[in-house]
Amino acid sequence: MRQEISFVEIAVIGGGPAGLCAALEAANAGARVTLLDRQDRLGGQLIKQTHRFFGSQSHRASERGINIAAELTGQVMSHPHIEALTGATVFGFYEDGVLGVEREGKIFFIKPARVIVATGAAEKTLAFPNNDLPGIYGAGAVQTLVNVYGVLPGKRVLMVGAGNIGVIVTYQLLQAGMEVAAIVEAAPKIGAYWVHAAKVRRAGVPIYTSHTIGRACGTRQVEGAVIWQIDEQGQPVPGTEKDLVVDTICLSVGLSPLVELLAQAGCRLVYVPQLGGHVPLRDASLQTTVPGVYVAGDAAGVEEASAAMMEGALAGLHAAYSLGYNQTGYEARRAELQQQLDSLRSGPVGEKIRSGLSRAMIG
Amino acid sequence: MLAVDGVPTPEDLAQKIPPPERLARRPVVIAECFQPIPCDPCSHACPRQAIGPFKDINEIPQVDYEKCNGCGQCITRCPGLALFVVDLTYGENEALIKLPYEFLPLPEEGQEVAGVNRAGEKVCRARVVKVVKTEKMDKTAVIWLAVPKDLAMEVRHFAIK
Repeated sequence: MRQEISFVEIAVIGGGPAGLCAALEAANAGARVTLLDRQDRLGGQLIKQTHRFFGSQSHRASERGINIAAELTGQVMSHPHIEALTGATVFGFYEDGVLGVEREGKIFFIKPARVIVATGAAEKTLAFPNNDLPGIYGAGAVQTLVNVYGVLPGKRVLMVGAGNIGVIVTYQLLQAGMEVAAIVEAAPKIGAYWVHAAKVRRAGVPIYTSHTIGRACGTRQVEGAVIWQIDEQGQPVPGTEKDLVVDTICLSVGLSPLVELLAQAGCRLVYVPQLGGHVPLRDASLQTTVPGVYVAGDAAGVEEASAAMMEGALAGLHAAYSLGYNQTGYEARRAELQQQLDSLRSGPVGEKIRSGLSRAMIG
Repeated sequence: MLAVDGVPTPEDLAQKIPPPERLARRPVVIAECFQPIPCDPCSHACPRQAIGPFKDINEIPQVDYEKCNGCGQCITRCPGLALFVVDLTYGENEALIKLPYEFLPLPEEGQEVAGVNRAGEKVCRARVVKVVKTEKMDKTAVIWLAVPKDLAMEVRHFAIK
């Protein structure tokens, strides 16, 4: 069977914060960009982030993620150099640099001169008895249900994990009218920014650090959960069991980068726990070990959306520059973006990212 | 303790509370931000530069109590909802707290509600004096709450009964 292959300058895979910013930066530099996203609308996780973002005022801090999604999507859709394909799943990255794409039941192939992979991350799960009962969700799934579709998963929820996502989703569930029985966190400290923790706490949600879920209870669906304190070895402390009556359990125990396409492309991966799992080695221009293949956002290492946007823009700038675009403005823009990204990562909460990146950077 | 259960200790708070002499004079903002995180909107929010400018985006906000007049324009700019205005001059026995609020339904002006502390406990009766909500505030309302004066440093939320 004869297959048509279309040639494009830059393909960006994934239309979340990193992909949108990569597409815009490259297109603003003059390159022609094809942006592919498997969802029906652009924005990635931004479309359910109803809270105000942290970060730098000069880069949309204090704006809500949903508004940032709308703004970036609007810019992308109206940009004459960007072709945005939604509902388009990139299923293969072949040896000759050809991407296989499925859209609306049809298969087609594109051969980009440069590829920016901004596929994001997937939620991790947790092993405990009865964790397959209906009523147990990932925090991201719950956020989609509640904030995108306006559907509550239940009446009363236990949140597992006190990182930023767990605590923010807790807050959003309270806003949506659910009761939150508790947040449990296996680590001895809250991972989320403390201001987030303080706002759910004053709204009445207890936070139990050094605690985990022992098991879910119920026969056909979740009817409760048992939590208990754990010692430094992660073993349950006898006598600390608590029974909670809940119909929903929400797991927020971390994300792992979606690197399958990068692996297919032949990019060298390295396992870096601080970045969420396997990530591609990359240089300061976000180029992987396969020339012409760039990475940005959570696929490069799990981090905040504000960093993903900066990283996306950097990857877009470098990809466009390598094709000969924006040769005069490049250096000033590169330095500006890099400085902003470095400053986001510079404080004590950026330590984990910095130590992770030191293992993923080459050149 | 904040890092363990989400509640700041009295020692944490001691660094954030202006001197009694200043509190007695006029309203003032209290920035209950205890952790260096990459976040700076508060440092751009004040028309009188009572917070900021920051040298480093990870700086913890320090309020210049002489510049701050308690206008509260910064309250809705904080993504952490950690800025509160306290006015001890409001009444004989009552203080006024201006706090950010992002739940529905919004309370009515004049409504009696329960004042809630940082641990989520109801600690007093409180009265809603004003509900401020404009387009520019983008869905974060500011609620003015009259509370017993001795609880001005305790009440940071409320519950509609």
